[in-house]
Amino acid sequence: MNAPAYNFAYLDEQTKRMIRRAILKAIAIPGYQVPFASREMPMPYGWGTGGVQVTAAILGPQDVLKVIDQGSDDTTNAISIRKFFAKTAGVATTTATIDATVIQTRHRIPETALHANQVLVYQVPIPEPLRFLEPRETETRRMHALAEYGLMHVKLYEDIARFGHIATAYAYPVKVNARYVMDPSPTPKFDNPKMDNCPALQLFGAGREKRIYAIPPYTQVVSLDFEDHPFEPYRFNAPCALCAAENSYLDEIVTDDKGGRMFVCSDTDYCEGRQAAGHHGSLSAAPYKDKAGSHG
Amino acid sequence: MVDQDMLENDQPLLIAESLSKSYGRITACRDVSFALYPGEVLAIVGESGSGKSTLLQLLSGQLAASGGQVSYRMRDSVTRDLATLGEAERRFLFRTDWGFVHQDPAQGLRMAVSAGANVGERLMAVGWNHYGRIRDTASDWLTRVEIDIARIDDAPRTYSGGMRQRLQIARNLVTEPRLVFMDEPTGGLDVSVQARLLDLVRNLVAELHLAVIIVTHDLAVARLLSHRVMVMKGGRVIETGLTDQVLDDPREPYTQLLVSSILPA
Repeated sequence: MNAPAYNFAYLDEQTKRMIRRAILKAIAIPGYQVPFASREMPMPYGWGTGGVQVTAAILGPQDVLKVIDQGSDDTTNAISIRKFFAKTAGVATTTATIDATVIQTRHRIPETALHANQVLVYQVPIPEPLRFLEPRETETRRMHALAEYGLMHVKLYEDIARFGHIATAYAYPVKVNARYVMDPSPTPKFDNPKMDNCPALQLFGAGREKRIYAIPPYTQVVSLDFEDHPFEPYRFNAPCALCAAENSYLDEIVTDDKGGRMFVCSDTDYCEGRQAAGHHGSLSAAPYKDKAGSHG
Repeated sequence: MVDQDMLENDQPLLIAESLSKSYGRITACRDVSFALYPGEVLAIVGESGSGKSTLLQLLSGQLAASGGQVSYRMRDSVTRDLATLGEAERRFLFRTDWGFVHQDPAQGLRMAVSAGANVGERLMAVGWNHYGRIRDTASDWLTRVEIDIARIDDAPRTYSGGMRQRLQIARNLVTEPRLVFMDEPTGGLDVSVQARLLDLVRNLVAELHLAVIIVTHDLAVARLLSHRVMVMKGGRVIETGLTDQVLDDPREPYTQLLVSSILPA
């Protein structure tokens, strides 16, 4: 009576079937936004209701779940969603990218290369890449249907005209499988190349907007650009202050009110892994102590 | 080569055959037929509610006709019924071989993006992918429509009414269309700006050998720009002929009324 009787992974089976049908369609038409009957979830819109529904629909009892928020495993959003599925599905959870079979993410793709047995689930706030250029949804759908994507380049043109380079730094539009232009969700454009020819299945869920789209494994994903202004992933030019990584995406962390700051990997699992392997940055607390080890 | 050009110009570009449009019992347009040749400017005049704008929408394929058909000679010289074109083909035609100049520039422009991007949009839509070349072409067109290229990165919402209208013309002409529809292009502009715009349009039309169908209630505009005039009343074409002939020697009482109601300059 007191124990809430959840179905496995919270959603009822009919709802999961409905979402799975949308996912299958999305995989069949890479980059195409499939409408689905998004449910109310026990969390506010904007906190990953789309991603949670996709995860709930694909999760099996044997799965190992990892949830990241801006690359981090230990922020409120990541912890809440991880706990949510630990409670409602009883699945094993992890923070190690390599061990996870399902990874739900907000705003990042892990630094560790994904493998073929993984599914990456993105939380998407605004699935329509043409939204702020063409406000009419009827019109944008028609533009997708007819592959009229000149307008997408208008946005990039505006960037160059205004800033001298393509200043779009996140949600950088991509063309999937040489057909549909897609919003990769607000991941930094640093992550765009990771989507191309990725061995893992990538699913995108937008709860408020009621859309699901997908990139099947080993699919071509090309970032849009101009011949004379080619796509360039952006990264702040510094090593991580904790693990000295030269090729990871960095967060800027303000450390005091006198202009002090440090740049650290946004992917916490990657950073911790490197520190455990003996890499030290300029600001790491030396020497790195294993979590299980005692404090000396 | 010359023969080929002659041949091209001998064939009508657009043919309307007994076009009609009714909304229930109201007939907005009935039994309109004409042929438009390359480089020809046709003015459709008449008072409000005479069916001018409906006719323009029928001709440009934006509205399905209740009867009759519109055929257009495509760039490959095949004349096709517009109603049989797929939506993709029609939209492609609309942003390459056709232009449409709206009375309200806000309808024809993207008010929030820069003038350069407004002109470049059609080029990008047909696959141009080189920023430098797009920008050069856009600057070139802004110069041709007498907009200072220092304003290329400003959004049209910062432009005056006359500049907006000239920008709209540049945006339409950048893909070198063969046919341009204009719906009251000088409406809402003051007289001196109107005169400058008309002058510009007249030069461009001659230079680019454009065919134009222009809807206007202003007979002065028709006189300045057009070779031929069609006078509409109650959805019918009541008089048609060479501009000078119709305006200087109108046959129909309604046309006589229209001509006589121009205020003397």
